[in-house]
Amino acid sequence: MNALFADVVWSDIALATLDTMIMVTVSLALTVMIGLPLGLALFLTGPGQTWANRGVHGTLSIAVNILRSLPFIILLIVLIPFTLVLVGTSLGVPGAIVPLVVGAAPFFARLVEAALREVDRNTIEAVQSMGASTRDLVWRALLPEALPGIIAAGTVTVIALVSYSAMAGVVGAGGLGDLAVRYGYQRFQTDVMVVTVALLIVVVQCLQMLGDRLVRHFSRR
Amino acid sequence: MIRINGVHKRFAGGSGAALCGVDLAIDAGEVFGIIGRSGAGKSTLVRLINGLERPSEGHVTFNGIDVAALAPPDLRRLRRRVGMIFQNFGLLSSATAAQNVALPLRLASTPASIRAAKVAELLDRVGLADHADKYPAQLSGGQRQRVGIARALATGPDVLLCDEATSALDPETTRDVLALLAALNHDLGLTIVLITHEMDVARQICDRVAVLQAGQVVELGRTVDVMIDPQHPETRALLADTVSRDPALAQFDGQVVRFTVHGDAATAPLISAITRETGADLTILDGRVGRLRNTAYAQMTLGIAGGDTAAALAMLAQYGRVSA
Repeated sequence: MNALFADVVWSDIALATLDTMIMVTVSLALTVMIGLPLGLALFLTGPGQTWANRGVHGTLSIAVNILRSLPFIILLIVLIPFTLVLVGTSLGVPGAIVPLVVGAAPFFARLVEAALREVDRNTIEAVQSMGASTRDLVWRALLPEALPGIIAAGTVTVIALVSYSAMAGVVGAGGLGDLAVRYGYQRFQTDVMVVTVALLIVVVQCLQMLGDRLVRHFSRR
Repeated sequence: MIRINGVHKRFAGGSGAALCGVDLAIDAGEVFGIIGRSGAGKSTLVRLINGLERPSEGHVTFNGIDVAALAPPDLRRLRRRVGMIFQNFGLLSSATAAQNVALPLRLASTPASIRAAKVAELLDRVGLADHADKYPAQLSGGQRQRVGIARALATGPDVLLCDEATSALDPETTRDVLALLAALNHDLGLTIVLITHEMDVARQICDRVAVLQAGQVVELGRTVDVMIDPQHPETRALLADTVSRDPALAQFDGQVVRFTVHGDAATAPLISAITRETGADLTILDGRVGRLRNTAYAQMTLGIAGGDTAAALAMLAQYGRVSA
């Protein structure tokens, strides 16, 4: 074991895993908090919906597209001044969380919008026809009906966050991806690369399985 | 009860108008059918009544209130007086039958204690007392529509709007659902506005029908009159659609006519009488006999060959209506 992974410092691996977990968990929570309302707004202001408004929908849509068209590595750098103002530092795990959320929230919002569009038109009309306000419509019909789709969107998003977080080393945030780049690639420590990649695969598999299980649990179709 | 006056509806970006100058008056307690092909504007018309759509021109009034002029909270209150059921049922797939029926009561802030009893009563009314805890996916199409009906009735509406409510159901289930609607109309005095593309559906339960074509009412009257003696080509075309088109019709060696008769003559032995008198052979190529709101009627496609064809046609014309 020790001969095979001679360069692997297990405490570093543990720390990196913890950093990845923290970054991904906190970013996911914030991404959902921002992306879900944003996705709802995109849906509700869309053509033929309750708050149909071409101006608002167009503006939101363009903003989302702009953020989604920036590669994450660029976003990470471009956002440094913004991050500095928002959390007081552009470095480390807190410095990485801001760009992670800015990168993932628009992505999640689009997926939420798509999930809401899957809700049967007759179901929406039925709930409106029984005298529901827009708030009732959202809480009693749209979100419960789209829940499996939203969970699936969350699963895709959290895996994207794991992948994005590998680049967070650029701002010194650490994590598994950073470990793989600095030791595995730059120092030719193939064993470190193998261990981090294996861990990332396990993390992604577990997240996907958990997501699929939740989707099944909440699906009634 | 419902007055539709000079209503036009154009959709933003849509080509042409969905409705162009519709006037209708629907009375309390009647079953009113709106018939037309898909795209005729039926769905739009029915959605004006509960404000899901607003007219571009004209007015829709419900018990004297202009629906389009209502502020959102008042519109929400009005919608509780107007139930609606849908072709695809529109049930929440994430909620059980009981939870679906309870939803309008929750929205109307009905106390939980009253709600449970009311839901049980409604499910019992539509014959689904044993299926309260099933999700829509576990129910058949007919059962889902019954849940839809129970849900639409939860707030005790005066009117039930039916948007192609039986179009996704098989003929037998359709009859059951229509029988339930007829019973609700009879027992509760519920006014029903029903839109359909199937003449058979209108034939079964409507007191009056309006035929809609390209956004205009082209025929309006008592179901019996419209079915037995249709005036407008669109109505005749819709009626013909309900009869199977047999290729034998085109191949028949002789004259083919459509013949409609109602009242006592519908049950008289006409065909043998005509054959005896004129020597013409009459073949029934297609047809139906039945009752429309207690009037016996027969509609058939007849092939006439041999003998005195002209005399046979003249005799037919004495009893009923003959058309090509």
